[in-house]
Amino acid sequence: MVDPTNRVIYRATPKGAGKVALISGGGSGHEPLHGGFVGLGMLDAACAGEVFTSPTPDQMLEATTAVDRGAGVLHIVKNYTGDVLNFEMAAELAAANGIEVATVVVNDDVAVEDSTWTAGRRGVGLTVLLEKIVGAAAEEGRDLAAITALAEKVNAGGRSMGVALTSCTVPAAGKPTFDLPEDQMEVGVGIHGEPGRTRVALEPAARIAERLVTPILEDAPFADGPAIVMLNGLGGTPMIELYLMYGEVAKLLEQAGVQVARVLVGNYITSLDMQGCSLTVLKADEELLGLWDAPVSTPGLRWGI
Amino acid sequence: MDNVTLDTLTDWLSRFHAAVTERRDYLTELDSAIGDAEHGANMARGMAAVMAKIDVARPGTVDELLKTVGMTLVSSVGGASGPLYGTFFLRMGIACGAVCELTPEALGSGLRAGLDGVLQRGKAELGDKTMYDALFPALEAYATAVAAGSGAPGAIDAAADAARLGRDATVPMVARKGRASYLGERSVGHLDPGATSAAMLISSLAAAMAG
Repeated sequence: MVDPTNRVIYRATPKGAGKVALISGGGSGHEPLHGGFVGLGMLDAACAGEVFTSPTPDQMLEATTAVDRGAGVLHIVKNYTGDVLNFEMAAELAAANGIEVATVVVNDDVAVEDSTWTAGRRGVGLTVLLEKIVGAAAEEGRDLAAITALAEKVNAGGRSMGVALTSCTVPAAGKPTFDLPEDQMEVGVGIHGEPGRTRVALEPAARIAERLVTPILEDAPFADGPAIVMLNGLGGTPMIELYLMYGEVAKLLEQAGVQVARVLVGNYITSLDMQGCSLTVLKADEELLGLWDAPVSTPGLRWGI
Repeated sequence: MDNVTLDTLTDWLSRFHAAVTERRDYLTELDSAIGDAEHGANMARGMAAVMAKIDVARPGTVDELLKTVGMTLVSSVGGASGPLYGTFFLRMGIACGAVCELTPEALGSGLRAGLDGVLQRGKAELGDKTMYDALFPALEAYATAVAAGSGAPGAIDAAADAARLGRDATVPMVARKGRASYLGERSVGHLDPGATSAAMLISSLAAAMAG
């Protein structure tokens, strides 16, 4: 169900009373994230902002108020200054109206050097996995404290890294956000076309896979248990190339001793028309795999129904 | 002497609207270099919404005017600029109170309250390459001029000069807040879009006072 005035997408059938509700939102241009993940087993509502611009506190307040079933609302926020500030204002307003709100800020992008001197790591691909897993737990009826702890656990255990072969073009700007010569690629690109770690000449898929896998494995230990892996397209890359990239990634993960328990390949968190892909690896356990396998029915993810 | 009237403040908003609209592509270009290419469009959209609102129902007091501006920006801009500019006007409105004109001192403390709000929400420090780097020296210059006996127009002229210098000083800075901070050293050599629009905010006020 779409509320065009407030630009909020809701489930057609709200979840039952007494269950924690989940909302997310962000700038548009990353479809199917977040609107495509509204439905049974994932989000209760998603707020859409302008292209690459956070939605506003009044939208989030509207959504928070509408989805609250008396058990509180979790705000899932990607770590960008605008998103964090707007959700922060919305949470203050909702709390003033007596709604219990908890917030998880997703920050999984290893391309950004983690430092107290910056806005910190960006929230990227892990957001999809987190919305799925935490959504399943909310469906089970866990309380807000448990849901929030689970969201923190997922955020702590996941890492992502992306590479772009072309820039994206923001419609309002009308020209590519950054100049990237045809024979070069941007390693560590952000989902808004933010420049990454380094720019290098185009390379074969096997070498690109290394550039994605290595920084993730260097950043967190994944070799001692199962993992959920997503190879995500940034919007302008054909599926066949994503599958090909996943093939190269899978070889490297296997060599490193990572047990890939579940895989998602496709366009889940995009960057308008950008060509390229991102890799997300989430350390899993029985609990997370169970929640991952739980039924989900949204436009963007559907299984077990 | 020379108090700042509601008409002057309304003219300020109108001039700021014109400035960000006219320089919309320029602001966006600055933002493309180190951010996400939306600052110009966002500020132009937000100020257009502000003008539409205050044209329909012209507020009768300073706090009503500025709070309307703040709430409209918060609900129409998004990004980081929405909450930051919105908080600036909201706090300034609260500090100014239900009056119809402002003494030079009251204008200064109103602007200061707005800046404190920006600081509290954005948690930036001087040198982080943000709008704060333009606004802080501007308000310092304003306070110094008023203390030295200058009227509001002279003081705001000094503030506008200081804001421009503060803006230009962001070029060699390494961004530590906002989306530009992801670039680290690569943000050096670029003018900060937020400091640029903030300098426009102050120079628009100077222009409104000059009449």
